Amino acid sequence: MGYLLIIIGAVFVNNIVLSQFLGICPFLGVSKKVDTALGMSAAVTFVLTLATIITYLLQKYVLEAFNIAYLQTLLFILVIAALVQLVEIILKKVSPSLYQALGVFLPLITTNCCILGVAILVANGTYKLPDGMEANLLTGVVYAIATAIGFALALVLFAGLREQLRFANVPKALEGTPIALLTAGLLAMAFMGFSGVV
Amino acid sequence: MKSLKIILNGLIKENPTFVLLLGMCPTLGTTSSAINGMSMGLATTFVLICSNIVISLIKNLVPDKVRIPCYVVVIAAFVSVLQMCMEAYVPAIYETLGLFIPLIVVNCIVLGRAEAFAAKNNAWYSALDGIGIGLGFTFALTLLGAMRELLGTGKVFSLTLFPENYGALVFVLAPGAFIALGYLIAIVNKMRKA
Repeated sequence: MGYLLIIIGAVFVNNIVLSQFLGICPFLGVSKKVDTALGMSAAVTFVLTLATIITYLLQKYVLEAFNIAYLQTLLFILVIAALVQLVEIILKKVSPSLYQALGVFLPLITTNCCILGVAILVANGTYKLPDGMEANLLTGVVYAIATAIGFALALVLFAGLREQLRFANVPKALEGTPIALLTAGLLAMAFMGFSGVV
Repeated sequence: MKSLKIILNGLIKENPTFVLLLGMCPTLGTTSSAINGMSMGLATTFVLICSNIVISLIKNLVPDKVRIPCYVVVIAAFVSVLQMCMEAYVPAIYETLGLFIPLIVVNCIVLGRAEAFAAKNNAWYSALDGIGIGLGFTFALTLLGAMRELLGTGKVFSLTLFPENYGALVFVLAPGAFIALGYLIAIVNKMRKA
């Protein structure tokens, strides 16, 4: 039951993009088509889950064990950058078809702030948990996967809306980014309807 | 003369938020009030100036292939310094900005300026570029924060301009961030073309 609450909370109530403002760059950048949005979401889900597990273990067994928690930011960003490279190399060898699908999006992920953001939240145990649950590796991983699903949901919904926007008659000054931001605002408003569910 | 030009370039012509559309996460996430927006802008400015200076000094020592990881390490080091200083001296602001302070590492503005400017120019000009771009970012964040605070609660920098009951609370919440920024960019677009 508790895990279900974590999932609903992270996907709908505190959506990573629409209510916590992490990962806005890919949200605005690769949301012109539903296909690319799906590819980006898959890549993010994959890296986010892996990165959360690895950074959590590093935090517990390296940073806290040796009392050097102040190096967190430095270590995490290096680990994420290396991980993305590693995933790219492995995918290329093991599953060329998956690499074809995710390839272009992987390098972009290093600077996606939702990866580092979630890694820091989980490592510090400061993410939202239902009452009575403790922050540990399992809840952290469930939270990371749910966050990635929330990211995917927001991205795909937004891409669908933007595909329709091409047929709309938009005032000249609002063309491009401004209308995209207004659309995102309306989408965020829709997601606000979930607040209070969990 | 060139020095002034570099600073103005960052403030107006290449304003990171309104023109280059970089660093959107902190722009949306920390501008629920004018003071929050300004603190975030100044924090980013500090990292930007320091990292620009150091990167322009080490640019000839770093092999081309590994330059990005090296730049990221420099930036991350300054972010850690900033984090510790803020936690010690301004704990209240550190608490409100929260996650967005460590996330300056992945702010595209900082890495973008390192790659586009500091890696090609000397330390003095890089520092000026850091100041210009940083102040441009601070200006944009403060403006957006002030706009959201005013529309949402009727205050600017906690100074009451009209009673709170007339404000539209949605501007302080998440959707208001997107909408306010959308209209601000539209206004800037209109002004640039006119």
